[in-house]
Amino acid sequence: MGAAALNINGHVVEIDGDPRTPLLYVLRNDLGLNAAKFGCGLGQCGACTVVVDGEAVFSCLTPIQRLKGRKITTLEGLGSAARPGVLQRAFIEEQAAQCGYCIAGMMMRAHALLQSNARPSDGEIRTALESNLCRCGTHMRILAAVKRAAELLRETSSEGRA
Amino acid sequence: MTAADRSTVKRREFVLGGGALIFSFSLGVRAPPAREAAPLPGSLSRAPYLDAWIRIDAAGKITVFTGKVELGQGIKTAILQIAAEELQVPPLSIQLITADTNLTANEGYTAGSHSLQDSGTAVRNAAAQVRELLIETAAQRWQIDVARVAADQGRIVAADGRSTHYGELVADNLLHVQAREESKLVAPNQFRFIGKSIQRVDIPPKVTGAAAYVQDMRLPGMVHARVVRPPSPGATLTEFDPTQVESMPGVLKVVRDGNFLAVAASQEFQAVQAMRKLASSVRWQEGHALPPQAHLASFLTNLPADSATVLEQNAASGGSDLKSAFAAAGSRTIAATYTRPYQAHASIGPSCAVARFDGEFMTLWNHSQGVFPNRAAVAEMLALPQEKVRGIHVEGSGCYGHNGADDAAADAALIAKALPGVPVRVQWMREQEQLWEPYGPAMVTKVRAALDVTGRIIAWDYELWSNPHGTRPGPAGELLPARSLKHAFIPQTPHVQIAPEGNGDRNAIPLYDFPNKHVVWHFLKDMPIRVSALRSLGAYMNVFSIESFMDELALAAGADPVEFRLRHLSDARAREVVALAAAKFDWTRAAMPRNHGRGFAFARYKNLAAYCAIACEVEIEPDIGRIRMVRAVAAVDAGEIVNPDGIRNQTEGGILQSMSWTLYEAVQFDATRITSADWSTYPILRFAAVPDSIDVHLIPRPGQPFLGAGEAAQGPASAALANAVANAAGQRLRDIPFSRERAKAAFAT
Repeated sequence: MGAAALNINGHVVEIDGDPRTPLLYVLRNDLGLNAAKFGCGLGQCGACTVVVDGEAVFSCLTPIQRLKGRKITTLEGLGSAARPGVLQRAFIEEQAAQCGYCIAGMMMRAHALLQSNARPSDGEIRTALESNLCRCGTHMRILAAVKRAAELLRETSSEGRA
Repeated sequence: MTAADRSTVKRREFVLGGGALIFSFSLGVRAPPAREAAPLPGSLSRAPYLDAWIRIDAAGKITVFTGKVELGQGIKTAILQIAAEELQVPPLSIQLITADTNLTANEGYTAGSHSLQDSGTAVRNAAAQVRELLIETAAQRWQIDVARVAADQGRIVAADGRSTHYGELVADNLLHVQAREESKLVAPNQFRFIGKSIQRVDIPPKVTGAAAYVQDMRLPGMVHARVVRPPSPGATLTEFDPTQVESMPGVLKVVRDGNFLAVAASQEFQAVQAMRKLASSVRWQEGHALPPQAHLASFLTNLPADSATVLEQNAASGGSDLKSAFAAAGSRTIAATYTRPYQAHASIGPSCAVARFDGEFMTLWNHSQGVFPNRAAVAEMLALPQEKVRGIHVEGSGCYGHNGADDAAADAALIAKALPGVPVRVQWMREQEQLWEPYGPAMVTKVRAALDVTGRIIAWDYELWSNPHGTRPGPAGELLPARSLKHAFIPQTPHVQIAPEGNGDRNAIPLYDFPNKHVVWHFLKDMPIRVSALRSLGAYMNVFSIESFMDELALAAGADPVEFRLRHLSDARAREVVALAAAKFDWTRAAMPRNHGRGFAFARYKNLAAYCAIACEVEIEPDIGRIRMVRAVAAVDAGEIVNPDGIRNQTEGGILQSMSWTLYEAVQFDATRITSADWSTYPILRFAAVPDSIDVHLIPRPGQPFLGAGEAAQGPASAALANAVANAAGQRLRDIPFSRERAKAAFAT
């Protein structure tokens, strides 16, 4: 059994165990990070989505042996309930959850989009989220929250410049 | 004693024993009160002591208990708002405990849009009575008139300036008293929390990765388990050799009992690998034949049926009856048949539970909608007394009815029983969730109506074919794993029952004023595919059928669909939601752009709960059969509104979920196996097909009873969509789902 050093939310952690283990199980069980969820294990629903080097990936399909030296961000890396980040604030403002099981994956997919595109159009947001499923029918609010997050991020960055 | 004898005897003991109440809950019947009196409000009738609902500790900390559970519908927040309003404290200062068999009232299932009616009403009345008790106690202590004492922000305050906090007044079981029938409720014009869109308390943890679900539980020493299910329903295990799996890294135990097979390991991925290995090393004899999918409708209508009259109503005057109305001179008869396939709850998160057995007591953390009835089922399965099994609700992924939650809890219990002292977490795999949940039943409806020369419906004859929509546990035979055991528990034989809330016949009675109505449920006992409650039960299909057919009749009568509905609708609140939805949509009869259509539909959920009218616009692409809802407008009257944004969220979700069912969803199967095993073989709504906008308009009804709103949109949304498609294409789709193949074929004619 090999070990891997993973860079998760800015911290380097040593992981023991089978190097073929999908990142999802390591995040949830070894590191106690709840956000990424098991949905299908097949890359069909997006509930497990995290961001690796700026790209949204399915953590259920990504073995840890492929992640050495890469920067992994999970929803926990964006803030906490006590100090929510901008994207989290936007989802709270828009009340963009019902059961919420899909939401962490949606938010990480949105995070990857907003990192590369500060002014996504409605169509670009939909296209980015196409790989993620929601069963409660919260789609309208998720779209609104991502749009709101983009606005908040632009406000924050313009304040930063001023 | 055979397995069947054993379970029969057990079930009789169960019904005669402590389980009797639970049995009656499943029939929707309340236990008769001990004395002749008006029933207490809401679930107070089941748990009449105030401290079953509200407790206050010496420091003044308030805890509210509800037997209902959070399913993502926002019930926690709504209950807190209600309690806070009556107790005169901020909502977030209250601790809320949801269904736990050791702590809360048994409120049966969290289902049928009942939570506010049952639990909200109980909490509201209990909280108001607690407040008045505190006021009376303080007034006595201070020797002043109660009129000079008030509750405010957790303190009881006298007009002369004296004050004390709630905790100082609650000694000596003050709250351990039976509720009175009447409560002094806060008047709607004084509301500070009820009627406000307070942010949901469960959302911040969900959007930040805090522990929010049973899936997130990590008890000390917890291990992970997976079950191995057969390839097809009814298959039996014929060859089994656990030795290879037992030697795999981390594997702790292979559990087998009859056809029940599971493996536990230290790490989750080890359990998944062991499950795969085990699945590939065992042999099954395939189960019974499944119905012919290509001829499902005729298969269903030819099954033996117990036919029950849901309604027979003839015009009081003129001696008219159904037969003579259909034969009346000048009347025109129109008929149509509609079908719905088996459809899945298909929760995004596979079912999960954590169980711990200490050798005597079993604790089950699970996301069942009914932890009390499920506790009874698991206790029966394990041959444990009910009081030795504790069920604690912890949120799971949205369930939308009876999904795999109860079965996963039973799986966990069986594995934990084999590993005493060790907490066991079981989560189903995607294919297990898709293949083994109880589906929403396939249905067929046939409707026939007569229009008179003035364009009024004078006769309505409606038949539906359906299995029962409720096979929830209570009895162990309704648990999937219990059916697999060597001493198998058998499912109970269902019986047709016509009740006000309806089941397969939910919303089968149109709310319209037709002089002659006849509604029959051809109740299908045989369940060749396992089925149970899917959100709104038969209402989705019955409203789809009734409201599609209303448009067919409007077209035949040359009438505008909205005006045609109003022509037959005298219920004032119904008329109001219809008019509001039409106005906010800018409903007109003006021509739509090519390949666009508009559609309208209305229903009052269960004919007892919230009123909902929906107008929508669709766009079709005839060449490829693609249908997209462009926009929707809904109007809802849910009685007293506790949280407007909560109702909007539920309505938006109901519209989109119903749209997904209606456009895409059908469980696929071959002669022996279900083949819809994942999201590629059971596709649902994706973002590309999401409408541009959904607007929900609420009609406030201060002071009126709560009318459950969680499932009001599913029926009307499907029919509004169907009607808009017919308006766009000039061709009507009557078979759900409106797949591209079906739509393309219909649009080409």
